[in-house]
Amino acid sequence: MTRPFVLLSAGLLLLMVLHLLLPLGPLLEVRRTDSRLAALLLTELRLPRTLLAAGYGAVLGMTGAAMQAMFANPLASPDTTGSSSGAALGAVLGAYWFGIVDPLALAAFGAGGAGLALLGLILLAGRRSDTATLLLAGVAIALAAGAATSLLLALAPSPFAFYDSFEWLMGSFVDRSLPQAAAALIPAGLACALLITRARALDLMALGDDVAASLGYPPRRLGREVVALSAIAVGACVSVCGAIGFVGLIAPYAARRISGGHPGRALLPAAAIGAILLVLADLAVRFAPAGRAIPVGILTTVVGTPLFVWLLVGMRHRMLER
Amino acid sequence: MTPLLKARAIALAGRLDPTDLDIAAGSMVALIGPNGSGKTSLLRALAAIEMSGGNAAVDDELLSSASPAHRSRLLSFLPASRDLVWPIRAREVIGLGLTGPEPERVDELLDKLELRALAERPANQLSTGERARVLLARALASSPRLLLLDEALSNLDPYWVLKTLELLRDTVRGTRCSAIVSLHDIDRVEAFDRVLLLDDGRIAADLPPKVMLTSEELTECFRIERSENRWRIRPVEGPRSSP
Repeated sequence: MTRPFVLLSAGLLLLMVLHLLLPLGPLLEVRRTDSRLAALLLTELRLPRTLLAAGYGAVLGMTGAAMQAMFANPLASPDTTGSSSGAALGAVLGAYWFGIVDPLALAAFGAGGAGLALLGLILLAGRRSDTATLLLAGVAIALAAGAATSLLLALAPSPFAFYDSFEWLMGSFVDRSLPQAAAALIPAGLACALLITRARALDLMALGDDVAASLGYPPRRLGREVVALSAIAVGACVSVCGAIGFVGLIAPYAARRISGGHPGRALLPAAAIGAILLVLADLAVRFAPAGRAIPVGILTTVVGTPLFVWLLVGMRHRMLER
Repeated sequence: MTPLLKARAIALAGRLDPTDLDIAAGSMVALIGPNGSGKTSLLRALAAIEMSGGNAAVDDELLSSASPAHRSRLLSFLPASRDLVWPIRAREVIGLGLTGPEPERVDELLDKLELRALAERPANQLSTGERARVLLARALASSPRLLLLDEALSNLDPYWVLKTLELLRDTVRGTRCSAIVSLHDIDRVEAFDRVLLLDDGRIAADLPPKVMLTSEELTECFRIERSENRWRIRPVEGPRSSP
């Protein structure tokens, strides 16, 4: 497992450098006339974008893997559990109704929304529910949060709320500042670091709640920790970049191929794969033709939906074989 | 001699009345009782998974305050469910509860439970009986002092029922650990040293197997009786007339 993980990390670093430097043309052009401006362009515009793409991808991969381990379900993820939608609701509430501008305070609103969505899901479906119940409850929460978000935007004091929230909520890394990136990634990084310390407990959950509890890892406490830490990580990222779908679903799936199926040991590789996916997606968006900016969240959804369907069909087949 | 397991007033609200239980080292204890009598609740309370009162100690160490690393040396719990969600190889499932990699121990158990051929297959794709053996091996892997096995003989073919009992006997004899095993096939209690009969959340009888099989408590509890060497449903005595 170490070798593939080292390769993944190396690949990620390489991609991040590419993401930072490409397209190279404009950068070189500015440098020819004003090298200080070129440096500013790199650190103020491109660096936050690269950091956010990689960091948010890592958060989605890791929290997806942790949620899948906790719900004992390969279809759990920040989007299918409604936590991304909850985070968006929290952030919209903070930004347009409480007039919050400070990115860190907004991140707290996002985390609150994500946490409430996850708690709601556990109340609705239970922590170890079958796939259908989990997905239905997740869809219900995502729909409710989405509707509430639209309502809050429509009734918001600012008449431009709908318009200027579009790019934000669709998931994008364009024009984010370094302080914004810090507000998303520092809390998220801390939460993820704590999540990694729960990897062994999450591995033992593979044997069922009772075995984990008998070995001194009470699943309820673990559940609360995963919910709180995931909510902080996802909420902080969503409050800055909006909701981005499917990375949190696909990355853990791929990561378990590396971890030999172990759900806890998949946490780190899932983070690396999530980061790679999102950096790649944002590179693709940047080179989109016709000069139209497509939010990266739309691209991941377009690519992710067929993958999700493929996963579902595969699961159905396996269930029928039993 | 102090007992290996000392449980005092362990209880689970609504499912298990406060219960005291001592188990000597090197003994095999069978746990029988009708459906819903509290067998699983007793095992779960003993494993400190869930209890609403009391405490349990193994070798004089309180389970509730033992660290995770130490707990796996004190006890092992095998749940009745054989479900596994993740495609983890059988060999790695067996090693899951161990605190470090112990390939020799895993190999030894693969041999004992004749799982060599299945060792590299994802455990969630094995048959229920095969998974039962993998999970039993997992429970044995850390060589715990106390084995708490819920329906350890379910889902197994006759060979594996006998083989599992033999394996448990060897383990208990070899390491002076103890095993408490819940089961439904009451004829199997003869392989044990002691039988606990549970009824309605309390221990209704605590007897040697031979005595248990002919006891009135057993007949009363299960509503069956033995005649001509077969178990049959006990006929209801007379029509119940209202006073």
